Amino acid sequence: MQKRFMAIWFRHLLTDGLARRRPELRDVPFVLAAPHKNRMVIVAASDLAEREGAFSGMAVADARAATSDLVVMDEIPGQAVKLLRLLGLGCIRYTPIVSIDLPDKLILDITGCAHLWSGEREYLSTIVLKLRSSGFDARAAIADTIGAAWAVAQFGQKRPIVTCGGQAAAISPLPLAALRLEPEVLDRLQKLGFRSIGPLLQLPSSVLRRRFGQGLLLRIDQALGRVEEYREALVPPVPYSERLPCLEPVRTAPGIELAMEKLLTALCSRLQTEGTGLRKAFLKCHRIDGRKLQVGISTTKGSHSVSHLMRLFQLQVSKIEPALGIELFVLEATRVEPMETVQEQLWAEAKGLGDTSLTELLDRISGRVGAQAIRRFLPAEHYWPERSVRLATSLDEQPGTAWPQVMRPIRLLPAPEPIEVMALVPDHPPKVFVHKGKRHTVIKADGPERIGREWWQDSGEHRDYYLVEDDLGQRYWVFRSGHYDGNDTRWYLHGYFA
Amino acid sequence: METNKHIISKLRQDLLKWEGYKPPQSGQRAQLGLGPLESVFPNGVFPKSSVHELVCASSEQAAASGGLVSGILSALMPPGGVCVWIGRDRRLFAPALSSFGIEPHQVIFISLMNDKDTLWVMEEALKCPGLSAVVCELREMDFRQSRRFQLAVEHSRVTGFVLRNAGKLGSTACAARWQVRSLPSADLDGLPGPGFLRWQVDLLKVRNGQTGSWVLEWQDGRFVPVTEMGIQEERQVG
Repeated sequence: MQKRFMAIWFRHLLTDGLARRRPELRDVPFVLAAPHKNRMVIVAASDLAEREGAFSGMAVADARAATSDLVVMDEIPGQAVKLLRLLGLGCIRYTPIVSIDLPDKLILDITGCAHLWSGEREYLSTIVLKLRSSGFDARAAIADTIGAAWAVAQFGQKRPIVTCGGQAAAISPLPLAALRLEPEVLDRLQKLGFRSIGPLLQLPSSVLRRRFGQGLLLRIDQALGRVEEYREALVPPVPYSERLPCLEPVRTAPGIELAMEKLLTALCSRLQTEGTGLRKAFLKCHRIDGRKLQVGISTTKGSHSVSHLMRLFQLQVSKIEPALGIELFVLEATRVEPMETVQEQLWAEAKGLGDTSLTELLDRISGRVGAQAIRRFLPAEHYWPERSVRLATSLDEQPGTAWPQVMRPIRLLPAPEPIEVMALVPDHPPKVFVHKGKRHTVIKADGPERIGREWWQDSGEHRDYYLVEDDLGQRYWVFRSGHYDGNDTRWYLHGYFA
Repeated sequence: METNKHIISKLRQDLLKWEGYKPPQSGQRAQLGLGPLESVFPNGVFPKSSVHELVCASSEQAAASGGLVSGILSALMPPGGVCVWIGRDRRLFAPALSSFGIEPHQVIFISLMNDKDTLWVMEEALKCPGLSAVVCELREMDFRQSRRFQLAVEHSRVTGFVLRNAGKLGSTACAARWQVRSLPSADLDGLPGPGFLRWQVDLLKVRNGQTGSWVLEWQDGRFVPVTEMGIQEERQVG
């Protein structure tokens, strides 16, 4: 399909933006100025100011001399990007791909959009009238290439719509500045007597390259469509997305669920034919009061099962507040991954961690209570008990080393709890210990197992662990922190054995 | 007289069948190797697709119950099988499971603070046929909740274990109620230090079976019953 682009030029972007916020400025000539080399220079001038002879680039003092009632205001840095962004977002209703071209233009990729407004002429006038009615002095042009549309929007005198393949004829009479050249190249060309683009197009490219560099050739090629030009879209298009506009605003949970199911069915059938599975998706609900709500789901393994994804979304329905009603649902799958098609096994021996029902269960749990609640442990190569396990990063990850074959308590306290201890000999296991006011008489004990601090990680005393069994047969893991040190010896309870 | 007994045992078998307990088919290995823990249940088969509750009065009893459950899990989980352990906090220490014959990385831990979420997650997990077993630490469980668990496992054939506080012990729909306490271990050939892990296992309630009480030891990856005689001897020696 032939690409078509539209460029919109805002002649007085900054001043129009300000006048829109402060209507009293509409009838006064005013300029925005910024300090430059120790003097105030005009950055942007309003339409009225330009008529009275104040242009951007002039010193404020000179402009004041020319016009008596000039209002001068400070320029707000970054305002142009902000305004263009807002205007661009407003244009998303005409095409999904809008990009910003600083300092004062928007580039719209309108391929396949214009016929919805019954032709390019109506499309263009709709957009321009809309922008003008909101107070912006906009000029637009449509062409096959970004370069040609750009040139015609700002410098074109006759027709704003360049027919297919007519870009060379359209830009030939335009001045050289319409080629988006660097100032030095432009300067040199003008010194050589070039006034318009036409004569340049007739020169052999080798001559132009030698004298003006590759940049000039690239700009010409881009304008004529010999080289493709790419722009970063303001809102990156999501390749997997489905829209569902509603005739009547939806306000109830069953209505929202119906919409979800419809969108999911459409999306999943597409994913299925492509052999991909969904990992992350968002449902965006556009309310009639202009606000946008979104809920998201994520899965541990790619899935295109409508019933499973539907259950994940159902957990989120309560978070959507429809207020006066939702008029548009957009389902976007921001992350998809290729899926292996597995044949169903009739006699599965062990289902294992890759089982679909298990991953679906984990998705539901993380949807309800959060993914941080789900943990799987792998051995870490540390003897220090708190560091001897680490969290697995994925469900498929297998331990790199074997699990240590040593006696470890089945319940480990989050932090060791201090106990009072009586031991016969300093290096002996305790005879009696008191934990939380309860006295335990130790009958049997095993140890010590000395576990040293990892000095490269933290400093402190080593621990001497003992497995002790009291008179009731209950087994504990206690340790002495450091060596025996008279009355300052500290003992801790760290876990319970089965 | 003999015929009467025969008739009664036949009727009992029929009743069990109606209640969903199928006798093991010939040529199929139904025993898990749990020793005396299996024999008290109907047909001598440990009820796999049902929920068991374990009453824990203290941290020590919770640890002992954890040990018993881990021992049963090692028999229940096929190689590569997966188990979900739902706890209130991260108390369970994963490396300890390897000494009970379980690969700790095959266990998925879910830590929740809220009882409402815990019940929801437990029920969802019990409905998942891809799991071998689900263990859940709960504060309290009422009859309605236990009935929901039981209904969930009847479809999925997952074994459920509920470790609960010994608060209000009302009636529940669980297949069995256990209580486990640690016992002093025996000397190992006169060596100092504790010997094999030893527990007093009480089966307080069981559906269609006989309650019982045993002293069990965990030796080399399986439960070994300690007979009354053995205990007597030790007492005399001690």
